[in-house]
Amino acid sequence: MSSVLFRVITLIKKEFLMILLDPKSRIVLIIPPIIQFFVFSYSATFDLQNVEFALLDESRTELSRSLVSHFSGSKHFELVRVLDSSVQAAELINTEQVRLVIHIPRDFADKIAEREPATVQVVADGRNSNVASIALGYVEEIVQQFGESLHRGNLVESSQVALIQRSWFNRNMETRWFIVSALGGIISMVIVMILSSLSVAREREFGTFDQLLVSPFQPAEILIGKALPCVFFGFLDAVLLSIAAVYWFGVPFRGTVAALVLVLLAFMIAIVGVGLFVSAISVTMQQGLLGAFVFIMPAVLLGGFTTPISNMPMWLQRATVINPLKYVVQGLRDVFLTGTDSFAMWHHVWPLLLISVVTMPAAAVMFRYRTQ
Amino acid sequence: MAGFSYMRLRGFLRKEVLQIMRDPSSLLLGLVMPVILLLLFGYGVSLEPRNVPVALVVNDTGPAARELQGRFALSRYFLPVTLKTIPEAVAQMQAGKVDGILHVRSDFSTLLETGREAPIQLILNGIDSNRARIVEGYIQNTIGLWAERAALVSGKPYSPVMVVEPRIWFNAAANSTYSLVPGLLTLIMTLIGTLLTALVIAREWERGTMEALLSTPVRSNEILLGKLLPYYVLGMIGMFFSIVLGVFLFQVPLRGSLFVLICLGSLFLMASLGLGLFISAAARVQFVAAMASVLAGFLPAFFLSGLMFDLKSTPMAIQVVSKIIPAKYFVTISQTLFLAGTVWSVLLPASLVLLLMSIVLLGVARKKLGRRLPQ
Repeated sequence: MSSVLFRVITLIKKEFLMILLDPKSRIVLIIPPIIQFFVFSYSATFDLQNVEFALLDESRTELSRSLVSHFSGSKHFELVRVLDSSVQAAELINTEQVRLVIHIPRDFADKIAEREPATVQVVADGRNSNVASIALGYVEEIVQQFGESLHRGNLVESSQVALIQRSWFNRNMETRWFIVSALGGIISMVIVMILSSLSVAREREFGTFDQLLVSPFQPAEILIGKALPCVFFGFLDAVLLSIAAVYWFGVPFRGTVAALVLVLLAFMIAIVGVGLFVSAISVTMQQGLLGAFVFIMPAVLLGGFTTPISNMPMWLQRATVINPLKYVVQGLRDVFLTGTDSFAMWHHVWPLLLISVVTMPAAAVMFRYRTQ
Repeated sequence: MAGFSYMRLRGFLRKEVLQIMRDPSSLLLGLVMPVILLLLFGYGVSLEPRNVPVALVVNDTGPAARELQGRFALSRYFLPVTLKTIPEAVAQMQAGKVDGILHVRSDFSTLLETGREAPIQLILNGIDSNRARIVEGYIQNTIGLWAERAALVSGKPYSPVMVVEPRIWFNAAANSTYSLVPGLLTLIMTLIGTLLTALVIAREWERGTMEALLSTPVRSNEILLGKLLPYYVLGMIGMFFSIVLGVFLFQVPLRGSLFVLICLGSLFLMASLGLGLFISAAARVQFVAAMASVLAGFLPAFFLSGLMFDLKSTPMAIQVVSKIIPAKYFVTISQTLFLAGTVWSVLLPASLVLLLMSIVLLGVARKKLGRRLPQ
């Protein structure tokens, strides 16, 4: 038994040294993830700011000017052009000078005075449909608030039914919290996936893997020796990025540290399992890297990171049960925003463990199988 | 021409092409990945919620309240769960089973009949605030429809004060596939251009075959071209696949010129290949080259290209960084050509930047390739 332990420890030591002795490898594992985290945290947001819009105000009344001031006063919108006729709108949108044209028709104020619904026409650039939909949502909101301010000023009758809205867990509805809480999981997954998918493939390419196989090492021991350093670096990255999320971006941390550690460790083990499996079936590093991407791309797209899984068609939703990223994305959001403890975290943890129980032995089997 | 020989280039090219053909992984990435990605993006990525689970806590038995409940049951946007008490609903929300709670108080009908303001309380799960906002819009619409109908039945006129008449140009139904497929082209070509090539020079260094190459008469230019051309062809095939699938399977309109799209696509591919080869020549170690290509090529193409997120809403520093990302320019080009048409005032500046980038990147790759052994 002690000799098994000794063998595994020497192997782990060698794996760590391989990564740490090369200055480029050392840097690549720590510095870029942190830079990426900051850059992407600031860039990944669904909150729009300063959407440039052009205004065509044919009403030219106090009422229409007041509505316009609601737009230009909002941090979401920025008035860049005032138009005289609607023919100019097409050119401005085509050439991307504005992303929105707001058109207040001539009868706007009259209709309100007559207590009929007044229309506000909005044209949005649909090249990025997501931006267009969000911007239109803001427009609705501002117009509605303006309508309500008219109620209060008794300009029009109350519509009687009032929707009182509150948002839980994220009172100001900041998308940054939503993105940043899970971003650490994504970035560390990419790093660990590459690290592990290249580890066996590199030895195969250099021929040193055959030497490992003829040595007294058991496949399980090789597996542990290869897996541990990868899990270590991935976990380190993920923890660093979680700390940055809380202390730099002010994301609330409402759960327990134990729950965070639990889900991150389980996730890293699952990912290293997938990575080593990919590596074990690869003969060259190129195959390992490309194999890693065949996993990473679908995993990120179907992990619920940017687009909710519940929007997907049912058959695809069912397929996501084997996506480890899905569990850590939800787990991280739960532990940061909802406030989950280790007990409640368990239902995200066991599927991850199940995934590693399948992939790790599969990798060990493939160690021998793919040797020519 | 002592500096450049077509025969040498042909021989070198032959070796590179054979290396690609014999390694299934590069063909997998170049030809199969685009298809998989398009299918996933086309079917899987949608920001439009459907069948949103909402808890309805209706403590009023009046006809108006029942009518409202019916509206939610009939809507294809909601999967309403009817609950008796607020604590039950709160428990469901905390477990993540419902996205919102709509609470109608017991005095709702009475208030409506006596002509006073009748509040409806809505609590949303704000964790995915983008989704929460869209759901809020759906709920507001549903209540508006109900209010209009309720007014028709009771004879009391109900009219909203103002109506927004939205029109989305180029994409009337705000179909996210229309925007994503052109953007995806960028991601696929980045994968082929930067990821696939990142290892090809580092591999020669690491295996020691670069030293063998250096002792032959083959020139740096020939090595660069030999490494560039096969992957260029592979990238263009991948692009062609994506366009065909996007147009025929997902019915994305191609309103601009296909010829211009292919020309500008190859310009972007040149920049991507330049980045990949530069990384490969500079790193000389496959592990580092792999990491660098992902960190400098793939991740920025996803986050900093305007494909998913709006760049203009980011802080100034991020916008400055995004200016050096080739993918950003090609997302603009591709979305414009697919959806808006051949708008030269948008296309021309973007393609000039891409041209400049590909010259600079291929230039530094050529320089890094220099026929010098490591010290």
